[in-house]
Amino acid sequence: MQDEPTPTELIKAVADFLRNEITPAIKGHNAFKLRVGINALDLVTRQLTLADDGDAAEQVRLKQLLGADGSLLELNRVLSDKIAKGEVDLQTPGLSEHLWQTTMDKLAVDQPNYGSYKRELGNK
Amino acid sequence: MIEAELGRCVAAFYPGATGVTGAAKLSGGASQETWSFDIVHAGGTSGAILRRAPPGYGASPGRAAGLDAEATLMQLAHDAGLPSPRVMHVLVPEDELGTGFIMQRIEGETIARKILRDEEFAKARPLLARQLGKVVAGIHGLPAAKLPKLREITATKEIADLDREYRSFGWPRPVFELALRWLRERDPGPSQEVTLVHGDFRHGNLIIGPDRVRAVLDWELAHFGDPMEDLGWICVNSWRFGEIDKPVGGFGSREDLFAGYEETGRKVDPDRVMFWEVMGTLRWGIMCCGMMQRFRQGPDHSMERAMIGRRSSETEIDLLRLLAPRA
Repeated sequence: MQDEPTPTELIKAVADFLRNEITPAIKGHNAFKLRVGINALDLVTRQLTLADDGDAAEQVRLKQLLGADGSLLELNRVLSDKIAKGEVDLQTPGLSEHLWQTTMDKLAVDQPNYGSYKRELGNK
Repeated sequence: MIEAELGRCVAAFYPGATGVTGAAKLSGGASQETWSFDIVHAGGTSGAILRRAPPGYGASPGRAAGLDAEATLMQLAHDAGLPSPRVMHVLVPEDELGTGFIMQRIEGETIARKILRDEEFAKARPLLARQLGKVVAGIHGLPAAKLPKLREITATKEIADLDREYRSFGWPRPVFELALRWLRERDPGPSQEVTLVHGDFRHGNLIIGPDRVRAVLDWELAHFGDPMEDLGWICVNSWRFGEIDKPVGGFGSREDLFAGYEETGRKVDPDRVMFWEVMGTLRWGIMCCGMMQRFRQGPDHSMERAMIGRRSSETEIDLLRLLAPRA
């Protein structure tokens, strides 16, 4: 068992330091790069916090949709293949809901400020 | 050090030029660079832009029209009265600057967030969609006989290209599969009318002033094809920067864009525009995945590229909004 603090706590502490102490001191192109770097750390924090639950729920949905078992990657390959062949489509019960939920869970990690995501959160 | 070569170069084509000053690199990958500088002459200074492939980088990669073609297209657009910089000089080997061209620098803004939010552009914003419709119609109407040699793209070919590129990543994306399937089922086939297509008509490639569109830049992806492609591309949600209810670049409506386009006598096919908007959304998503590939394989191991890889999910939600809207 690894000791505390957790990876999430460590990354958050570094991101806060860069945001609050370093950002005001940096100018020009490096200021842009610093912002991208802080965004990356924030993304990692969100992934560490949210992805386990999202992935588990996705796997349950995929198993039910496909009637098959496998890793998340394998199941996504099977689903992709079936969509490409036209064996499942938006008329297939559960597919649209599955794609929506999976995509919403990705956006919650990748870009929670993206306009379309915020709109769809409100529409739920 | 580029100022010495530029100084010799401008002396040869600009009457009374005594040198250049303030040379600054605006952007550049390994094979293509953009420089801003001022030509010094008796009457003062004139702003100029150099677009070049440095010596040793002759051939243009894959899809690019090539710098010679870009120069020709910009000059044709300028001559037709479209907002486009005047091309001052096409580089020759004696310039020792590589291949490319020098054009007039046009002042204005290209950064979308400023154009969409700054008070300076408040008056321009409601006018832009209609103006851009007219401008892009002008591009589609450029005289065919004078156009340079460019590749031709059909919807069928574009779908096949995107399919191949997506599969090369070896990473399953059910939403992209759904979009590819949707596009294939609705492929309208070869366009009845084939025109010049700008190919990258969107924020970043448009210089906007406080009153109007001042210039269309970056003809790197110009080709022959379905003119509706340009109208679909500028409506892709990725260029709305949060203003998602204003489909044209976050500042205007499709109705205004189409009205400007049809003012010139050309016709819009809204279904085809929507088809190309879906294609464009998928295309940007696949481009984001491509950035992530280049990050992994190097040589550009930058966190910017890595983070763009994480923007492909934005196009997935936009594709779902287009193809499977929730009630």
